[in-house]
Amino acid sequence: MTESPATKPANGEVRVKNGLKPERNGLVKSLHRCHERQHKHHCHPDEEEVHAASHHGSLYKRPFIESFEETPMLVAVLTYMGYGILTIFGYLRDFLRQWKIERCHIAREKEEQKDFVPLYQDFENFYTRNLYMRIRDNWNRPICSVPGAKMDLMERASQDYNWTFEYTGRVVPDVINLGSYNYLGFAENTGPCAESAAEVTVKYGVGVASTRQEIGNLDRHEEMEKLVAKFLGVESAMAFGMGFATNSMNMPALAGKGCLILSDELNHASLVLGARLSGSTIRVFKHNNMQSLEKLLKEAIVHGQPRTHRPWKKILIVVEGIYSMEGSIVRLPEVIALKKRYRAYLYLDEAHSIGALGPRGRGVVDYFGLDPCDVDVMMGTFTKSFGAAGGYIAGKRELIEYLRSHSHSAVYATSMSPPVVEQIITSMKCIMGEDGTTIGCDRVRQLAENTVYFRKRLREMGFIIYGNNDSPVVPMMLYMPAKIGAFGREMLKRNIGVVVVGFPATPIIESRARFCISAAHSKDMLDRALSVISEVGDLLQLKYSRHRIQPSSARPFDDNVYEDIDD
Amino acid sequence: MASGQQWVLVEMVQAFYEAPAYHLILEGILILWIIRLLFSKTYKLHETYKLTEKEKEDLIEEWQPEPLVPATSKDHPSLNYVVVTGPPSHKIVIDGKECINFASFNFLGLLDNKRVKEKALASLKKYGVGTCGPRGFYGTFDVHLELESRLAKFMKTEEAIIYSYGFATIASAIPAYSKRGDIIFVDEAACFSIQKGLQASRSFIKYFKHNDMEDLERLLKEQELEDQKNPRKARVTRKFIVVEGLYINTADICPLPDLVKLKYKYKVRIFLEESMSFGVLGEHGRGVTEHFGVNIDDIDLISANMENAVASIGGFCCGRSFVIDHQRLSGQGYCFSASLPPMLAAAAIEALNIMEEDPDIFTVLREKSKQIYMDLQGTPGLKLVGVPFAPALHLQLEKSSGCRNSDMQLLRSIVDYCLEKHVVLTLARYLEKEERFLPPPSIRVVVTIEQTEDDIQKAVSCIKEAASALLK
Repeated sequence: MTESPATKPANGEVRVKNGLKPERNGLVKSLHRCHERQHKHHCHPDEEEVHAASHHGSLYKRPFIESFEETPMLVAVLTYMGYGILTIFGYLRDFLRQWKIERCHIAREKEEQKDFVPLYQDFENFYTRNLYMRIRDNWNRPICSVPGAKMDLMERASQDYNWTFEYTGRVVPDVINLGSYNYLGFAENTGPCAESAAEVTVKYGVGVASTRQEIGNLDRHEEMEKLVAKFLGVESAMAFGMGFATNSMNMPALAGKGCLILSDELNHASLVLGARLSGSTIRVFKHNNMQSLEKLLKEAIVHGQPRTHRPWKKILIVVEGIYSMEGSIVRLPEVIALKKRYRAYLYLDEAHSIGALGPRGRGVVDYFGLDPCDVDVMMGTFTKSFGAAGGYIAGKRELIEYLRSHSHSAVYATSMSPPVVEQIITSMKCIMGEDGTTIGCDRVRQLAENTVYFRKRLREMGFIIYGNNDSPVVPMMLYMPAKIGAFGREMLKRNIGVVVVGFPATPIIESRARFCISAAHSKDMLDRALSVISEVGDLLQLKYSRHRIQPSSARPFDDNVYEDIDD
Repeated sequence: MASGQQWVLVEMVQAFYEAPAYHLILEGILILWIIRLLFSKTYKLHETYKLTEKEKEDLIEEWQPEPLVPATSKDHPSLNYVVVTGPPSHKIVIDGKECINFASFNFLGLLDNKRVKEKALASLKKYGVGTCGPRGFYGTFDVHLELESRLAKFMKTEEAIIYSYGFATIASAIPAYSKRGDIIFVDEAACFSIQKGLQASRSFIKYFKHNDMEDLERLLKEQELEDQKNPRKARVTRKFIVVEGLYINTADICPLPDLVKLKYKYKVRIFLEESMSFGVLGEHGRGVTEHFGVNIDDIDLISANMENAVASIGGFCCGRSFVIDHQRLSGQGYCFSASLPPMLAAAAIEALNIMEEDPDIFTVLREKSKQIYMDLQGTPGLKLVGVPFAPALHLQLEKSSGCRNSDMQLLRSIVDYCLEKHVVLTLARYLEKEERFLPPPSIRVVVTIEQTEDDIQKAVSCIKEAASALLK
């Protein structure tokens, strides 16, 4: 069954089809589901629920299809076994290292400081030492070109099982890039963005050497902020030099002691840090689960603060537009309805969705056709769709005025580099069509097409793909720890760069590969990538899905029927 | 079997008849008590205030949250920023007026350097602007690797790691090592990003008086006694001293040799934040360690930003690989943030080249700092805070009026007066409610090597004029 409107505040009933509790994929659930599934082999159309068809259709203007096919039981068991074996071998090797039978590559503490309290606990790095180290070559791969649709990688080799790398000096050219967050293809070294950034570099230099409040407030900063506000359709905006810090340094200005932050369980580390630094009480609701959120809201208002029972000063709901590891899109219409009903404030982090979603590229608000004024704090980054760096916060004038005088970043951190600012201005104008071309528009459309096409083809091949049909972040499940490394390497052998992630970025058994689709990917590139993924998928037996859809080119995408559960 | 059961039943009934009445009553009461215990709820607290749905609805209706942000008054001193048109270098255009810059931390004048710009441009032509990813996911560029190895070489340490934001550097580095239960000894004058790092680490924080080694030793001794009482806990409690090289808030230098002595005496690790001293102090600009001739390996971690002397963006940490490498998986600002745009890294590399080629610039900077320090002595009503070789000094009021706002107003009028005369100074800005120990209001005077003899004389006479005119 498709992620559907049954998870609704209004009818207040958790969707428990098959009499199962929707939990995060795990072994227990898999055991349950496995035998229940046998009699209903393929999904029937009546199992699919799409928002438009339901009585909550008023909230959603377009079908909202999100899938999280559950983990097959056999796979789950094998995955746990895999980790078990790795852990046993880890202990064995630690033992050998301790007795100096195996050579120890780990950097050691200075002799004089041997009697200090150890800087790291022994178990702290067990995972790094024994599991991560085996497949370390899949991360931090250095590139030596634009991170565009194709990139050049620096070849590296390891003589000591990934403990150290040597650069061979050779370049692996033209690797298809399915890893960078270059959604709209603005990572370019030619074209109007690069040209105007170059002009600004010549004129301004790259640094600022002061903070916004002292004398690091350039005219370019002011211009960019006006443009961002206009782009988002809000009163005012303020930009910051780092996306991560935008969250972690501004949330403390918005909430404090006596405030409640309701945070999605899969929120980004920066939001978690920001919430923690703010000193507010933090409660976590299940990923994108509106009952869970409503229950917390209701309880919070009814019971007030713990122990004192004073009412909360304010409640801040913190969600992301697109969740970068799940590929899911926030159920924004419902969140807004809840926020209005309970008078909470909404903090929306559009790090991945700004530019990448919506017919006009204005992010998740645009995607659902909502009013940006309903979101109290619009946050996003310039790193991804705009090919620059930094982040912004936008909203009502009072909010921005308050931040301008109270944001940690405005007072203590160096302002943004002028060429980076210029890249943002030019790329944003392009998306808005203010440059007099339709390039931006075309890219937004191209990205949506590429996304739907890529996701559909992967499904047809029988992979388990997570997330929303329209999300350009495409997580493909690998599950087993050995396959994380194998998939990354096999793909690179075939000249395709992908991102693979495992624990702790994901739940322990849900290791995955993540593809980020870009408007810069041509159909040929996507087809080439898809055929390689299919080939490697066969090689590594990754086509886990038991609900493979029949390939058919004529079918519109929202007709695809597949089974899944919600989180 | 059936008859046996019947027999037991008969016996029971008989016993019931034979039993004395008080016995029966007692048993009856006991049975009732057991039933009561069985059916009563274990915790009754909840029951007492269970609300009906209607009451809940009313409560929800009733609740009025505070506004998201308090209203900011239109004339809030830090709401309206001065607007700089054009590059914020030696000559700076503020609100349309060309002035000499005595406010940006562009110590070595590299912001407007032609070579730096050319390298940045070349990098832009090759890589574009953004990196579109964190270091782990195709956001590592060859330029980053080069910058890291160059920084390590420059500082003569084993390894360096770069961050994309200066503020996030030390703020991420501290919580990467110090966790809940660990102890951090911090100087009271520590800058805001250190304070945020401390807060994120959730460790136990002990502040010692600014640059007061006796106070620090007192705290360390206290801790030593504590440790002797509970040696098992002490074996897993990490201890750190966090200090700044040149304090941004007080413009004075930390007594590093004494700190190193204390480090080995009490077995505490030292984290040193060098944003103001990197590229400033020492014969080759390596910072406080070089200034004092302290072996850099004795410092566990050095962090600095590349936004002041280097005049690019970002920050770095350096030290032994044993320490630094840990941040590649545990430094939050490193792992979860997009990497530094390659053109900014390229600019930083070129800045390092210039610093290596011409170490004289550090001497020039120190000479100019000393000169301003001497010249500004005896300004009426103002006292100069800092050490003579610090390039970013503070001018504080000699006599505070007792009210921070009016002090600020007074200092601002001096800044405005100087701006009229085309000399740019700035007030040091703080978040007054957030600072752990709020420094007194002050005017920042920043020295760069681009300032000529004339510029310095002009600025000094401006400040003196303003002070004698406005402070009475």
